[in-house]
Amino acid sequence: MMDSAMKKGDWLKNNTYHHSDFPTVAELAEEKRKQGLSISLCIPSLNEENTIGKEIVLLRSELMIRHKLLDELAVIDSGSSDSTREVARSFGADVYKSSEILPKEGEMKGKGENLWKAIYQLEGDIILYLDADIKNIHPKFAYGLLAPLILRPEIKYVKAFYERPLIMSGSVRPSGGGRVTEILVRPLFSLFFPQLTAFLQPLSGEYAVRREVLEQISFPVGYGVETSHLIDVLQLFGLEAFAQVDLDQRVHRNQATRDLGKMAFGILQTFLKRLKKHDMIAELPETGAVLRQFQSQGTEHRQVEHDIPVTERPPMLEVEAYRKKFK
Amino acid sequence: MVPELEDITDVLQEYRSSAETVKEILLSNLVTFGEVPAPTFGERRRVEEVQHVFIDSGLQNCSIDDLDNGMAILPGAQGERNLLLIAHADTMFSEKVDHTISLQPDRAVGPGVADNSLGLAVLATLPQLLEAANIRIKDNLILLTPTRGLDKGNLEGLRFFLKHNRLPISAGICVEGAQLGRLSFSCIGMLRGEIVCSVPEEYDWTKFGATNAIVSLNEVINRILEVSLPTRPRTKIVLGRIEGGTSVNSVPTEARLQFEIRSESARIIESVSREIDAIITETASHSGAQIHWAVFARRRPTGIPFSHPLVRATTRIMESLNVTPRIAPSTSELSTVLGHHIPAVTVGITRVERLNRADEAALIEPVFTGLAQLLAILKAIDDGLCHEKR
Repeated sequence: MMDSAMKKGDWLKNNTYHHSDFPTVAELAEEKRKQGLSISLCIPSLNEENTIGKEIVLLRSELMIRHKLLDELAVIDSGSSDSTREVARSFGADVYKSSEILPKEGEMKGKGENLWKAIYQLEGDIILYLDADIKNIHPKFAYGLLAPLILRPEIKYVKAFYERPLIMSGSVRPSGGGRVTEILVRPLFSLFFPQLTAFLQPLSGEYAVRREVLEQISFPVGYGVETSHLIDVLQLFGLEAFAQVDLDQRVHRNQATRDLGKMAFGILQTFLKRLKKHDMIAELPETGAVLRQFQSQGTEHRQVEHDIPVTERPPMLEVEAYRKKFK
Repeated sequence: MVPELEDITDVLQEYRSSAETVKEILLSNLVTFGEVPAPTFGERRRVEEVQHVFIDSGLQNCSIDDLDNGMAILPGAQGERNLLLIAHADTMFSEKVDHTISLQPDRAVGPGVADNSLGLAVLATLPQLLEAANIRIKDNLILLTPTRGLDKGNLEGLRFFLKHNRLPISAGICVEGAQLGRLSFSCIGMLRGEIVCSVPEEYDWTKFGATNAIVSLNEVINRILEVSLPTRPRTKIVLGRIEGGTSVNSVPTEARLQFEIRSESARIIESVSREIDAIITETASHSGAQIHWAVFARRRPTGIPFSHPLVRATTRIMESLNVTPRIAPSTSELSTVLGHHIPAVTVGITRVERLNRADEAALIEPVFTGLAQLLAILKAIDDGLCHEKR
């Protein structure tokens, strides 16, 4: 236990960065060229027409045109009903409908599905995932996450964390994650995977990962993909394979508590599955996948049921088409 | 071979195509600058963002002066003369306004996106634009992003720069995002002032009648509206902004009016301002209210003639691009540049909808025509086609 705490402390010191800690984009691009690395950016999307254009323009101009840090910028869309795909295409992104990638594998709905299919569709040795709803997008979101992978070969998975602009108290910065992180994920990690408590924001949706890692891990299609990644990569490669980077602030949509409830439910299911998989818990009863929430009108209280099954895509290496393309 | 304007107008479509190749860089600069608030007197952060891009592009003399003006020099092949390109850094939107910019396939939308984030983005993209168009400029280009231009700024930034600048400047171009077709080469005279009416907070019988600052200000306004203005030289009074009172059921103790006198004649401006001064003194004397006024910005009428080679070249370039020149006098940076006897024009870059509203929209497609126009004017000046024969 002492050893684990020590390790975690060292990791926090050595593998936690601020985006300003790194060399310039030009120097990173040069180092990447020397190593012969290729890097793909994947933006999973669903109805993001208001923010996606800006994100593509800023990242393409700075990291593909001005500097050659990215080799590929793709939007993997879950079937937006607005003009997300048209906007993305008009600003020069490669745009794919998730349902049209690996059609033999069928179609599932969820961000995790897009992330998983990106491993097959995109070519990079490193894949960087950025959400499409970042209002204050800046190239640092990309180069900050890529820098540890370019500069330290032993790092395999880099996760973002942010300042959360809530209440400040003296010189102490409010840190840590959002509500689901602090109420659900951090307590669970503290109990079962204490090393993972070193992540300031384990649920952040921005990360850069080496292909050799991505192809070996499974992907929950809906909620829980971030949690499962942390647990699986920890088991496969250890804490040393991770780094985390402070990207200052991230401005995005705030989620309603009711929606966070669904997210927490999905994460919990994923988590329990992982406990079972790693023989950390004895038999669990059949739990089903229905979340029940209340909707009240006046004195009438109605229970609403949400079916939130946790379906997982297998490690990409198990998919024949992928092995044919990459191996 | 003596260069001719036809050499330039013949390749305008090539300039336009070259401009399309820098679309991403231009839009990226536009978003980067435009999302940083830059109200007049609070432009520093935006100017720093522009400086980062200037430095990144390898420009020389990148610096910010005491009044937060940003500048950089793109050295010319010969560097015998210096051309000044100006895009004002300030906007009329306060820090509190959400400055998020949204990019759609045909437009960029957000506060100040055209006025003048686009002007700044054009200056910052100029090195790439010239390279794409394969234009090697002989003269040095001084890229300037002056502050304190709008509102009560009174063009302080640009005045400061020109006062301390030691580089001889042969011509200037003021770049505004709005509107494509705009052509200014003269400036009308202008005086901006603020009238403040105040009454005692406690009702005071010795100041009988001085019970309401708004009523007193209203009287001043009515009298200003009676001032007789000549049709020639053209003269106008704009009552631009008014504020007063705190709530519906409180007697207002202070009211303010900001106004502008515009005229083609400096003499008329002086005479109208004397009339306003008399109105204020008279109203104060019989209403019992304290009424003060102060001038916070002033421009003298100035300009270059329509026949000036710079104006004629600019007009021909616009017409060759099927852009109809809309000639309008300016009261902005141009007046200060012309006041320093530097021949200069102001041009716009694109078509803009809902100008100066929070949802201002700069159309993307016309930008490339606006950029081709700018390249052509620069090239014409650089080739010596815009200088007056002495």
